[in-house]
This record gives sequence, C-alpha cells and structure tokens, in this order.
Amino acid sequence: MSGAASPASPLVAVEGIHTFYGKSHILHGVSLEVGRGEVVGLLGRNGVGKSTTLKTVMGLVRPSQGEVRYEGRAITGLAPHRLARLGIGYVPEDRRIFRLLTVMENLRTGLDRAGVDEGRKQALLEKVYDYFPVLADRRNQAGGTLSGGEQQMLAIARAMMLEPKIILLDEPTEGLMPRMVSQIRQIIDALHREGVAILLVEQNVPLTLEACARIYLMEKGQVRHQAAAAELRADAAVIHQYMGI
Amino acid sequence: MTAEQSTGAAPGSLVSARGGAGSPILRTEGLTVRFGGLTALNDVNVEVQRGEIRAIIGPNGAGKSTFFNCLTGVLHPTAGRILLDGEDVTGLPPNRISQKGIARSYQITNIMPNATTLENVRIAAQSRRHSWSLLTHHRAYRDILSRAEGALAAVGLAGKADELAANLSHGEQRNLEIGIALATEPQLLCLDEPTAGMSAAETHDTMELVRRIAKDLTILIVEHDMQVVMELCHRITVLHYGEVLAEGTPAEIQGNPKVMEVYLKT
Amino acid sequence: MPILLDQILIQTINGIVTGMILALVASGLTLIFGIMDVVNFAHGELFMLGAYVGVTTMVATGNFWIALLVATVVIALLGAVIQITTLRPLLGRDPLTTILATFGLSLVLQNYALWQFGPVARKIQEPFTGHFSLFYLDYPWYRLVIAGLSAAIIGALWLFLKFGTYGIWIRATTQDRVMASAMGIPVPWVHTAVFAIGAGMAAASGVLFGPLVGVNHAMGLDWVLKAFIVVVVGGMGNLGGSIAAAIFVSLLEAYASLWVSPAQAVIVSFVALILTLLFRPTGLFVPTPK
Repeated sequence: MSGAASPASPLVAVEGIHTFYGKSHILHGVSLEVGRGEVVGLLGRNGVGKSTTLKTVMGLVRPSQGEVRYEGRAITGLAPHRLARLGIGYVPEDRRIFRLLTVMENLRTGLDRAGVDEGRKQALLEKVYDYFPVLADRRNQAGGTLSGGEQQMLAIARAMMLEPKIILLDEPTEGLMPRMVSQIRQIIDALHREGVAILLVEQNVPLTLEACARIYLMEKGQVRHQAAAAELRADAAVIHQYMGI
Repeated sequence: MTAEQSTGAAPGSLVSARGGAGSPILRTEGLTVRFGGLTALNDVNVEVQRGEIRAIIGPNGAGKSTFFNCLTGVLHPTAGRILLDGEDVTGLPPNRISQKGIARSYQITNIMPNATTLENVRIAAQSRRHSWSLLTHHRAYRDILSRAEGALAAVGLAGKADELAANLSHGEQRNLEIGIALATEPQLLCLDEPTAGMSAAETHDTMELVRRIAKDLTILIVEHDMQVVMELCHRITVLHYGEVLAEGTPAEIQGNPKVMEVYLKT
Repeated sequence: MPILLDQILIQTINGIVTGMILALVASGLTLIFGIMDVVNFAHGELFMLGAYVGVTTMVATGNFWIALLVATVVIALLGAVIQITTLRPLLGRDPLTTILATFGLSLVLQNYALWQFGPVARKIQEPFTGHFSLFYLDYPWYRLVIAGLSAAIIGALWLFLKFGTYGIWIRATTQDRVMASAMGIPVPWVHTAVFAIGAGMAAASGVLFGPLVGVNHAMGLDWVLKAFIVVVVGGMGNLGGSIAAAIFVSLLEAYASLWVSPAQAVIVSFVALILTLLFRPTGLFVPTPK
C-alpha cells in the first residue's frame, strides 16, 4: 500500500464487503473510500468484481458481509430507489437506458422527485442539454434509436438529473471510439468541477490515470493496491502487474 | 502421447516435446461467425497439439465464448472448418460433438443439485458406453461405475461420492463440472473460466487438478485470471475483436507490445 | 342477401361493444403482467366484486354513475391491499408461486361473494333505457354508451401513461425495473399502483356489463378466460395489442354466432388462441423477434 491519503470523512465508504452470486464468491472482502468531490478510479481486469462492487454500493446486490456507509450512515441493504434519492447516481456498464422512452422521458425519470419545483427542473434540463447538445437535438427520439455513444451520454445525463453527490460510473468508455472517449473524459472533468464525486470503474488505463486523483487496483475479488494517480503515472509497473498479462 | 510429458515441469520445456503423432488434435481453418452485421469471429486459424494446455484470452467481446460455442456445436460457424484429429466436425450437433470427443465445462454450473456427486458423473459416463437397453444385466454396468469413480478421483471428489451435489462448496461444484466432462472420455476438454468466483486457495487447487488431468488430455481454457494462465498453460492464443491477435508461450505473450496495448489500452 | 348484411352490421356493433368491455378487463391484466410478471388469476373476481359493489351502491343510492365510481375506487383499494399483502412478498420468486397465489385468491373471493350475496343473481338497472332503430331491431342506446365509456377509460389510461408524471414511472418500471429503481422510482409502490389501476378497471367493466347479464359470484370465470385469450393473442404486456385483440376476438365470435349458437361461437376464440401460439407466439400484433 502506498501513501495515498484516504479522505478523513469519506462520502462513501465500503468496508469488508463479501458478495455472492449464488454460490460464486465474487467479492472477498472489498474495502474502499471516496471523499467528497473526489474522482476515484477502480481498475482491474475482467471478472475481478469491479461491477459487482458498484452494484453493492447501489444496493442492487446485497452483500453477505460487510458494510457500505454514505455520509457516515450505514446504507447496506437499503433499496436502490432510496439511495438514488439520497444522492447516489448509477451509470451501469450496459447503459440500460429506457429504450422505449424518449430522451426527454429518460431524463424525466430522475427529475420527478419530491421537493423539486418546476423552475429547478427546467434549469437541470437546460444544464444537461448544455453538456450534451446532441441530446438536445434528439430530445424527442426514442432512446433505443440512439447510437452507442449517445446512449452513454444519455445514461450519464440521466444520473445527473438526480443532482447526485456521487456518480458510480461503470466502464463508460467500453466500445466507444477514441473521439467519444475524450468526450467522456471532459464530462468527468466537468462533473468534478461541479463538486460531484465519481467512482470510476474502468479498464482503460490512460483515461483513468488522467481523470482520477486516486486509484484502487482490484484482483480476484479484492482490492490489492491503492495509490495516488500521480504515483502510478510515474511508475507503471504496478499497473502492468494488475492490468497486463 | 510421448513419455516426456510430465506434470509440474515448467510450461516452456514441454513445448518442444509436443506433437508426437505430428498432426494437431484440433485445427480451425478460417473460422468465421457473423450475427447479422456483427462479426464475432473473423478468420480464426488455431492449431492445438495433443497434450497441450492452451489458454484463450482476450478483452471483453473478443470472441472467446463464441469460439468455444463453435467447438462444442452450440453455434454453427458462418464460414470455416473445425477439424478434430483430422476429422471435420464443423456444424455437428452438440451430442455428436460430445461423442467425437470434445467436452466442455460451463461458467454457470450445470450440475444436477438433487443428485449425488457420483450420480452426476455416472450419467456422463453412461453416455459413452452401452446403448439404452432394458434387458442388459446390471453387472454389465460395472465399467460405467468404475469410469465414474475414476473421474471423481481425478478431480479430488472421491471422498464426496455420496454427497448431494447441492451441498458441495462452490469450488467443489466447479471441480465436479470438470469431473462430469472428464467422464465422457474426451480428447479435448474445454474449460470455461474454471476459477471464476473462487478464492485464492480454491484457485490453486483447481490449477493442480488441471495439471493432473492434463496428462491424458488436451485442454483449452478461457480464463481471466492471468496468474492461472501464466503458470498453467503451455501456449496462449490472444483474441481481440474476433481475430487472433497473437499466439505464443506465456513469456512471448507477456513481452508482446500489441497485446500490452490491447490490455492496457495505451 | 340484404338480410344477411343487416345481421352482419348488427353483429359488428355487438362485437365492438363486447370487445370494448373485454378490452377494459384485458388492459388491466396485461398491464399487471407487463410490469411485474404476475399472471393475475383473480382478475375475473375483481370484475365480479366490482359488479356486486355496483349492485350494493345502486340499492343504496339509486344512481348508476355513483355506483360505477364507488365500485372502481373500492376495488382499486382492495387490489392495492391484495398486492401489498399477498404479492409483494412473492416478488422475484418462481412465477408459479404468484400463479398459485392469485388462483387461490380467486377461489377465496368467489366463495366470499357466494357467502355474502347468496346464489341468486342480482341485477343492475341500466342508467337509461331507450332504443333506436337499427334495421329490424330496437337497439339499446346503453350498449353504445358502454362501448364509448370503455373507450374513454382506456383512452384516459393511455394519456396518463404517455403524458402523466407517474405514467413515465410506470412505463420505465415496465421496461427495466432495476434501472427504474436506480433512478429513484419507488418500484414497489409503482407495482401496487398498477395492480390497483388494473383492479379498478376490472371493477368498472363489471359495473358497466352488469345490466347486460345477471350479477353472480361465478360471472368472473367466463371473462377471465376470454381476457387471458385476448392478452395472449394481443401480446402479453402490450396494451395496444390487447385492445386490438379484444375487438378482433369479439368480432370473430359475434360473426360466428350468425351461424352457430353463441355458446358454440366461443370456439373461434380458442381457435384464434391456438393459431397465435403456433405461429405468432409473441402476439398477433407484435412483430416476431428475430
């Protein structure tokens, strides 16, 4: 473990999580933290349990052991819709936009929360259309007709509608062309400037090294290493060990 | 099978001793699979020698499962041929492929939870010998039983023969999968992510298991755990977007810049 | 020949009238299945209980329209209670479990009705009598009104789903309940609401249909069977398909009863069902997936 500082009072803390799919023991005691406004990366090869970790935080999968804390309070086992309302946004690996709903309707699923007046809803929509002009163009098109990159934008925009304090991003650049990858990079930066924390699961090493402040490396269901991105940029051997052959 | 083959020796040293009979146990020629506009496999030419342990690796969507599905007859290739020991088995249905000698273990365990460990394996052993006959005396089935018990012993489950399969641990269940495949007396054993969901200890045990059974078999493994791949396999085939990106010994693959690029996306 | 044409036209109108009520019953059924994968075998009993609540309210107030409203609301609430107590705990289990649960429920409700209201059929007085001349027949206005009202209710449902705030929640949950939850939509309550809406629609159908037949504890059985046929032929979970299928199947039966007795005309519905399952199992009006 290198000297990367974990945040003093983290926004999200995962402690000793064990998660099973049936009998398959996927997470063998995962622990990590994300501070307020921090962009943290979670790198690892296929099948090490990165997505499962995000799903456990989002309450989509129940851990058999361990705890997840948000703003200091235990949220393990709470239903996902409560976590979304508390300010955790989730952008899954296969995007999972609502194919039969229009772009606008996709966004509205996150907008119709209690305590949000019409004015604020409009402002949020405007902001998202600013970030993603292509979505503004296609606002009345069915989600299923969008290209892969556009669907990824929509998935992120949809999560932003929740005005989240943290967004869980699962492999946003998978299957995207290099031009789109750099767009995703810019969006992550923009969200960071707004103070939104991000837990970024990725297999794209350069993107993760550039965008994140701190990076966890996972292998076989455990977090094996943690370091500041700056350190890893200087010495890539560790990265090769966990991501390469 | 040549006498030089042994377990536990460093993978590299076995490569040159391979190929006693000369012809490969498996060869694919121009194997191509297209699903409408999507090309899952493109002109894949792979040759596996008898007795090899070959790993198939590659990032998500590289075509590893599609490749296995073609070999086991679950999928019909759009073009190309699959030759098992020189015989064309392209497009044969899965049951015929099994009879020809290709067996597969699955990622999602396919065992029968309400039968005992021995019963699970016995059914597989039965598929190889004897046609269905109501009139054959039970003594004729003793060879099936001994075959089944042998397969259980090979995967280290002899002590749990009468245990309900549902009561086995996850690692034991995955090993039972391998035992079931073994009981069909295959020439070629395809293992689909055999160590998925296992702890480090279980992974180690499974690696030992594979080394033991590799003496009499040729083994293809799809794996994500690079430690398993590096320590266990003689040769590695790297797939990327449905094409063979590189092929070689573990050392060669580790030093291959193209492979590095693909995995690290640099 | 001219006589036959008259008869065909009359049967067309009859078919549409029946079809619209069937559509009202079937819509609820297909909505419930589409969103929570529950095959609600108690749907016919909700229809029947709606009719009984209608009877009771009519006796108390003498007003048909109040009876319609009260029945819809009361049974919708009953539906919500049923969903929360019986079906919510079963979410995610083997589908057979919910089939058995709703089937059991239907038996309970049928026998409750028998116990509560007795075996003698009741009658709901139609809100207005009055006929108009349709060829050689005096055709009751009321029948046209039923068709119109059913269409209006279904239309309102469609508008709500398409444009209403919570309509989006229902559509999102139907498409991907996990992601809907991750977007803050309270999925368990959406399920309850949809079940209640389906129940309310079934109840309304029961009251609307009440004047045409007698109200008794077994009246749900015929209807639930037809409704299931319609849901399968129209495509399970497909609202538009159910409506089209309801009218299609009812028209077929209406025309068939020109030549055979109405009891035998039911056979065409089953033939339609079998043909659909054989050749277009996802539904006649749904494009067959590749």
